[in-house]
Amino acid sequence: MVKNILLVGVGGQGTILVSRILSEGLVMEGYDVKMSEIHGMAQRGGSVTTQIRYGDRVYSPSITPGEVDILVAFEKLEGARYVNQLRKGGILIINEEEMYPLPVLVGTEKYPTNLLEEIKEKVENTISVDARELAKDLGEPKVQNIIMLGILATALELDEIDWIGLIKVNLPEKVHEVNIRAFEIGANLLEVTNN
Amino acid sequence: MTGNEAVARGAYEAGCKIASAYPGTPSTEILENVSKYDEIYSEWSTNEKVALEVAAGASIAGARALVAMKHVGLNVAADPLFTISYEGVNGGLVIITADEPGMHSSQNEQDNRLYANHAKVLMLEPSDSTECKEFVKLAFEISEEFDTPVIIRLTTRVCHSKGIVELNERVEVPTREYIKNIKKYVMVPAHAQLRHEIMEENRIPRLKEYSNSIKLNYMELNDSSIGIITSGICYNHAKEVFADRASYLKIGLTWPLPMDLIKDFAAQVEEIYIIEETEPYIENFIKSLGIECVGKEIFSVRGEITPDIIRKVILNEEVIPTYELESVLPNRPPALCAGCPHRGIFYTIGRFRNKVDVTTDIGCYTLGMSPPLSVGDTLICMGVGISAGIGFNKVNEIAERDKKVFGIVGDSTFFHSGITGLVDAVYNKSNMVHVILDNRITAMTGQQENPGTGRNIKGIESSAIDLVALVKAIGVKEENIRVIDPYDMDANKAAVKDAINAEETFTIITKRPCALIKDVIKARKGMLCEVNQEKCTRCKTCIRIGCPAISYKDDYINIDIAQCNGCRVCLQVCPFNAIEEGKR
Repeated sequence: MVKNILLVGVGGQGTILVSRILSEGLVMEGYDVKMSEIHGMAQRGGSVTTQIRYGDRVYSPSITPGEVDILVAFEKLEGARYVNQLRKGGILIINEEEMYPLPVLVGTEKYPTNLLEEIKEKVENTISVDARELAKDLGEPKVQNIIMLGILATALELDEIDWIGLIKVNLPEKVHEVNIRAFEIGANLLEVTNN
Repeated sequence: MTGNEAVARGAYEAGCKIASAYPGTPSTEILENVSKYDEIYSEWSTNEKVALEVAAGASIAGARALVAMKHVGLNVAADPLFTISYEGVNGGLVIITADEPGMHSSQNEQDNRLYANHAKVLMLEPSDSTECKEFVKLAFEISEEFDTPVIIRLTTRVCHSKGIVELNERVEVPTREYIKNIKKYVMVPAHAQLRHEIMEENRIPRLKEYSNSIKLNYMELNDSSIGIITSGICYNHAKEVFADRASYLKIGLTWPLPMDLIKDFAAQVEEIYIIEETEPYIENFIKSLGIECVGKEIFSVRGEITPDIIRKVILNEEVIPTYELESVLPNRPPALCAGCPHRGIFYTIGRFRNKVDVTTDIGCYTLGMSPPLSVGDTLICMGVGISAGIGFNKVNEIAERDKKVFGIVGDSTFFHSGITGLVDAVYNKSNMVHVILDNRITAMTGQQENPGTGRNIKGIESSAIDLVALVKAIGVKEENIRVIDPYDMDANKAAVKDAINAEETFTIITKRPCALIKDVIKARKGMLCEVNQEKCTRCKTCIRIGCPAISYKDDYINIDIAQCNGCRVCLQVCPFNAIEEGKR
């Protein structure tokens, strides 16, 4: 059985780091893992997507639309853009963060209002989080991505994986503490929601 | 490992000693990773032609050499490719081309398998990261055994997909003796005729035989009702869809194609599908053998092939829609970063829109064509900004249009292939304007060093080519050169005005490092611009510079402090002095 995870966001949000930690954890757990990224022009504020597939044997790195088990959206609009990739009953973990793309900034297009409401109404398993606010509480706006990882890690229900250890391996020591706290906030958030 | 990391590892394990490249998505990380191995001399070359020539020279001198480039890079390197194919090698020579079906970051989706066929160079096509590493090692061996360069063709999904790769130790391969042999290595007509004969009569027949027996080309016989012939990433997609419900002929060595093996496979299956991205390369060959098969009748020559496309066209299985939203979603195109040094000069050129046409080039500054800056009329390839402008400007003169052509080029692109255009402009007395945007890095591909930065691929200090001295040496007169800081809007305006009025070749060089360079981020950490809401009239002039940090929301102009680096371009364009320097 192959599981499909899709991470989407905006260039610079740290999706690549999360996908790296995630894939390393899955490999350590003994899974065959394939991961595919499109990040060509993403550094300039474009959309970034990372597909991760894991299971006993994975051939293609590409996820078929409508077969995503867990969609992690680091930005609201990007989450909306990719909800059609989610399978029926799949889990959407979405950051309420709004980042205006250039056409919205210059006024030629509009950032939709009530987007989260529509998503929640249609996607049964939506977990939404204001990661910016939570990160602000920690005094480090950059850890939004690790909060999202915390939620994802809990949703995956792979308790054997040493996520904290992987965070330590992938980040410089001076930011270990704040990132571990960010991870725990994310992880606990889902447990609370589940209860 | 990604496919790119695995290629680098393969080069290391194979005892490669020389590696060269010019950065280009999706190939860039190959040399970045090779450069981490101190056993290999690696370099960012000025362009792909130079890169291939560096590697070819190293090969002739006796060392194993690798060169990497994106697909369009092989067009630049095509000249040496066709002739090094005649000469053959001494140390193994491996050429990596990274093709881009779907054009995620490219200007075309050419299929470089056709180059192998055209230049008669053996080609391998790995499907995943493990194969990337193993194929590179094998490529060096084949290259030396058959006295031929070897091309390895990757595609974006192979380059940027990760899979599990087992590592081996490096095997040191001694540098081969170099024995002078002008009949082999000096391609004058008499020698080339000789080499062409050896290639056609000896090497190619041997390679054709080899292709039938090599383990990279193999059959997987399962259900015989469907037979799939495929290569590269498409093999994995096909396995994903059919698993054991089809038989496969997986082709890892794609030039020359294994004729006998194909015939053998065709005899054992009922219906044959060719699954390959972009051109019908394998398909045309199979059809030329008189074997019936289905390929581009049902698959597009455009874009990537994915498992859902295979399901749709072969099995008639459509993707079932799941969640559909009614909200209209705005696009998110890439844009020049907050604090990008290109913004100021582009905004200024845009102000003279009715007096200027712009031939632009490949790099971050291509993004200047997007609204609201909208600077850029044409883009073709690397270096074109400078040279297409010569022709464009000439026609403007002939047609008596009162418009000056500005050719835009970045520092790295100028070294790549802009210099020759500038020489042409000066030599042929073009009065076009060249704008060289020197941001002291190759930015678009993710911050690589280049001949202007003063550092090499390993970050070690090196000679920095002096752009201003170079432009002068080419013959642009001192009075026709402006060197400006593109954060200074008055300087931008003065330079553009002078350029429009000039009657000789004119060059503007903007000097300001990319806002994403680590040292720049560090140095500008405390800098910031803020909106004084009492003075702000919401005229939205600042919005027109297209800075992603500036937004208009709930009737307020706001500057995002997380993105702003205090470049002050918005502050200078504000007609009401409503933007001020702030502090963090």
